[in-house]
Amino acid sequence: MAKGKMTPSQKRQAIWGWAFITPTMLGLIVLNFYPAINTVYQSFCKTGDFGRGNKFVGLANYQAVLTSGETWQSLWNTIKYAIVEVPLGIVIALVLAVLLQNKLPGKGFFRTLFFLPMVCAPAAVAMVWKWLYNQQFGLLNNIFHTNIAWISDPNIAWISVGIIGVWSIIGYNMVLFIAGLQEIPKDYYEAAQIDGASPLNQFFNITVPLLSPTTFFIVQTRIIGALTIFDLMFMVMDKTNLALNKTQSIVYLFYTYAFTNSNRGYGATLVVILVIFIMIATFFLQKLEKKIVFYN
Amino acid sequence: MDSMKKRYIAGKILTYAVLIIFAIIMLVPFAWMILTALKTNQEAISVDPFYIFPAHGWHFENFGTVWKSYNFVTLYKNTILFIVFRVICACLTATMAGYAFGRLEFPGKKIMFSLVLIQMMIPSQVFVIPQYLMVSKLKLLNTTAGLVFPGLVTAFGTYLLKTGYQSLPKDLEEAAAIDGCNIGQTFLFIMMPLTRSSMISLGIFTALFAFKDLMWPMIVCTNASTTTLSAGLAKMQGQYGSDYPAMMASAVLAIVPMIVIYIIFQKQFVEGIATSGGKL
Repeated sequence: MAKGKMTPSQKRQAIWGWAFITPTMLGLIVLNFYPAINTVYQSFCKTGDFGRGNKFVGLANYQAVLTSGETWQSLWNTIKYAIVEVPLGIVIALVLAVLLQNKLPGKGFFRTLFFLPMVCAPAAVAMVWKWLYNQQFGLLNNIFHTNIAWISDPNIAWISVGIIGVWSIIGYNMVLFIAGLQEIPKDYYEAAQIDGASPLNQFFNITVPLLSPTTFFIVQTRIIGALTIFDLMFMVMDKTNLALNKTQSIVYLFYTYAFTNSNRGYGATLVVILVIFIMIATFFLQKLEKKIVFYN
Repeated sequence: MDSMKKRYIAGKILTYAVLIIFAIIMLVPFAWMILTALKTNQEAISVDPFYIFPAHGWHFENFGTVWKSYNFVTLYKNTILFIVFRVICACLTATMAGYAFGRLEFPGKKIMFSLVLIQMMIPSQVFVIPQYLMVSKLKLLNTTAGLVFPGLVTAFGTYLLKTGYQSLPKDLEEAAAIDGCNIGQTFLFIMMPLTRSSMISLGIFTALFAFKDLMWPMIVCTNASTTTLSAGLAKMQGQYGSDYPAMMASAVLAIVPMIVIYIIFQKQFVEGIATSGGKL
């Protein structure tokens, strides 16, 4: 479309088009693109006293962040959380979605119930689980007659937090799987039944490959979601918790530095490192997609 | 044939067994939250004997107590205003931009739309510090405007609505043009009403996102009187964390309205999440 040679109709479209996108584009520039650049800039600065006046310090923040054991520990904690949440949340959701494909009385009830945690504020969910996990008075230790420090033993706290994540996310993954399952043509299953394939056979040879685009989408969004976990962690892990160091995620650490300690330069550096980390993860996921996802 | 029938029944039993086990796992935290909310603190922390149900009467007054002492009227009001303005802003800007990207041709469209896609790939934590500094400079800390601020526009919503507009039949605009509508009228009276389902998806998504958000309200609204339910709960836990019935009563009060809305509009919620597939 060469400029100056527009027909009146093209001109009208151009004017209306730009008028319609202007609020959004302005907003994105002010609220997202400028802040993204500003965050990178701040990662090279030291925040002055009372949060005022940035002083350019070059790579000093990066040096401090990258040589701090805390950073690597929190990155590792985040990965550990993802290792619990992502696979378990997906496998359980897939099983439930497949079971709910059958014509069953009470199907709607189960679907409603499994999705319920999705509409609950994570802050409230975390409070309830913290109470369930309470070492002295909590339901879990009392029912199983155990004395486990679910959220203050550094060796298991990350699993306990991961379980809350799984419980919260199953319904969301399940709803996406149900939508994906509906796309699979029914005649594949009918043909397989005529050939005498068992339900388990059908699951592995029809459902799993044909569902792989949905599965991949969920894996990708959940990995990024897990790597940026904050609210559950923040609510469950007190500042005084003995397991905090071995459990806190990178975003939790970012929040602590940027907003509790008002050390924005350091916080900005943590975020930049998080983004690089997510970009690496996304890169490998894209490579993986070509190998394992089956597009019809 | 008899063995097939047996296998069929066995399969049904197994299906129900798995579903019921998971149903119990999902229900227990909710049940325990409500049961604890109805106890006295003495009962809640008595291990010997261990009470499942409140033993000495059901203390419904716990709800009234926390309602007053934590000022739930204000928390509800703040949260509702926050959600309503976020939804209005998101739907308004996204439907306009979505229509332009989905149905109109104009120079620079490709580059602008790639900016929208790029924003969707950046984790939102990257924006937080500068957004906070802007809100602080604008003197909007502890206001609804400050809460709404990062959600004035939405890249995800723009993308969602663009897809919605693209899926409409091709000849709609031509018919409208023949009837003498200009582009603005075509958009307002013909196209926009047809993307109602995408708008509802975006609205539900935006509302849930705002309702669940914790970090932004905690940063921007540090006053107990200006904050939202989520951030309010975080504050309460920090201050009164060992009064378990009060904590559970607060948690119940915080989530019940959304659960009621969800149960009423279940179909829209589930479809909205399934079709948008947004990251919550």
